[in-house]
Amino acid sequence: MEQDYHFFQTDQLQNLLNKLQDGGFTCIGPQVRDGAIIYDEISSVKQLPRGISDEQKPGSYSLKTDCGSKYFAWANGPQAIKPLVFAPKEKLWNSTQTPDGKINFNIAEPVTKKLAIIGVRACDIAALKIHDQHFMQQQYIDPYYTAARQSLLVIAVNCGHPAETCFCHSTGDGPFVSDGYDIALTELEDGFLINAQTIQGKTVLASLSLQDCSAEYLEESNLIKVNASKQNRQLPQFDIQSRLFEELNNEEWHTIATKCLSCGNCTSVCPTCFCHSENDVPDLDGKSSDHYREWDSCFGQGHSYIHGITIRSETSQRYRQWLTHKFSSWHDQYGRSGCVGCGRCMTWCPVGIDVIESLTKVAERRHE
Amino acid sequence: MSSQHINPYVPHEAIILERIQEAPSLFTLRLKFTEQKIQDAYEFEPGQFNMLYLYGVGEIAISIVSDPRDSHIIDHTIRVVGRVTRGMDNLKAGDRIGIRGPYGRGWPMIESKQKDVVIVTGGLGCAPVVSVINYIEQRREEFKRLTIIQGVKHTADFIWKDRYDKWRDLPDTKVLLAADVGEALWPWHIGPVTTLFDQLEFDPDNVCVMMCGPEGMMQVVVDHMLDYRVPASQLYLSMERNMQCAVGHCGHCQYGSKFICKDGPVFSYDKVSDLFNIKGF
Repeated sequence: MEQDYHFFQTDQLQNLLNKLQDGGFTCIGPQVRDGAIIYDEISSVKQLPRGISDEQKPGSYSLKTDCGSKYFAWANGPQAIKPLVFAPKEKLWNSTQTPDGKINFNIAEPVTKKLAIIGVRACDIAALKIHDQHFMQQQYIDPYYTAARQSLLVIAVNCGHPAETCFCHSTGDGPFVSDGYDIALTELEDGFLINAQTIQGKTVLASLSLQDCSAEYLEESNLIKVNASKQNRQLPQFDIQSRLFEELNNEEWHTIATKCLSCGNCTSVCPTCFCHSENDVPDLDGKSSDHYREWDSCFGQGHSYIHGITIRSETSQRYRQWLTHKFSSWHDQYGRSGCVGCGRCMTWCPVGIDVIESLTKVAERRHE
Repeated sequence: MSSQHINPYVPHEAIILERIQEAPSLFTLRLKFTEQKIQDAYEFEPGQFNMLYLYGVGEIAISIVSDPRDSHIIDHTIRVVGRVTRGMDNLKAGDRIGIRGPYGRGWPMIESKQKDVVIVTGGLGCAPVVSVINYIEQRREEFKRLTIIQGVKHTADFIWKDRYDKWRDLPDTKVLLAADVGEALWPWHIGPVTTLFDQLEFDPDNVCVMMCGPEGMMQVVVDHMLDYRVPASQLYLSMERNMQCAVGHCGHCQYGSKFICKDGPVFSYDKVSDLFNIKGF
């Protein structure tokens, strides 16, 4: 494996962006906006959050400046890469009606803009792989997700700065990437380790002037991995998948529901939540109507509505649906848990509900 | 329109050939795709459903009640309950809507051949099983004894009297009706539908029970049938949940690990017994 890794000096990072742009890619990278690290278009390394770090706690997120000279010395922001492949709101089709009542359906063409995302975390790659299963590997194939996904070049940056809320090591998804990327970087003191996994990634690598990777650099990278794996939180050790469904009547669901606002923040920031609604938006003149899909949340009143009945009218039922789906039913659907350990659901929860605490309170046997 | 259909979200235009008022809040639309190629390629099984699109309003999942042999016409019986169905109530022959489908797994019509069939419905109309009754009616010799049990809350809710009269005349067929609350001149049973079970005649080792209606009612039927030693795998239920995409993507119809839209809507009881009748799922 050693020979697969190369090294480049920090000042060559701009060159990587240039080569990607030369290759026809629009570069997407992390940057500070509204007090958080978000992903959007970049053309210069100057836009990256250099020297910025994040502090996360349940219900709290803040940025710190003057944290050295690294570009990727933070854990993650509210967005994963979910919005880039599964848009928060997206037109699926449009219909028009002629004066004599005929209806024509016009398919909205999937977007195939080539995007290179730099700075993708291992947790978010794990989530991307789950969405690949959900949207591309089932009976029906989603053309919108597929088009965006196939236009995507994933440049991972191994995580050296997990937040207090992170637990990707215990879900088996991080802090370093193992697959699912095109190019992976590890940020060292003087530069970056780089390796490629796909032909597309290798082509980009071939266009860069890279140095051989010394044993010292590999050692430095390994030390970052070891340290980043020591995370404050971890999933409880008991059999979560079967225990949750044994505790459907646990009082703890109601206790959590006294705090939970049913706001849906957790499902918006969760990189694996895929629920969406479909809505028609007619033009005012009545001649045409756009059909959209939009992210939806199992915490909403309408999510379980059916002919006059709301199946999950209570917050406790909605929280139970979310948690049992994410950590139990998901295994039957996609062969793994729906949680990748990114910790966003805690950080962005306005009342700071800690998902690990919920799992433990609901499903840990206290009297064996 | 197989699952390989290039864009699974886009409907095709269909024209209403006829609109039948079944009851004050229940109507049937007889439909046909306007594009002949789409119509010719359209095939379905009893118990499957389509997504019907009302122009400018939205889509709704409705089961198909016509027979697969009459595939030149697609019938949907619709109860007026929400925004889309209220709008559809105003449609008339010649009007256009959008259809995509068929979706889901239907009734076990192959597995139930040469078996006794018991059909239990509760509530209004219960369109999903009408397709089964139509199917058996057209292939009566392929099935053994047929029993149709319909329970309603109030005698006034009993619609489709003509159809039940017609079904009663089928060979080797019994139609049992009950209303929880009766009124004068109601000729059938007053009381819960389950009190009719004593009149059932079937072989527990060779029967297929198909039911649809409120889940509480189906639970009672299931419990009775299990007492009669009918295997859980021979008890079939048609489930309903919010559906928006119908192709297993939007997440609304999830029932534990099942997507009702593509794994159902018809399930054998052993597949859903873990969560069945638990409030909130």
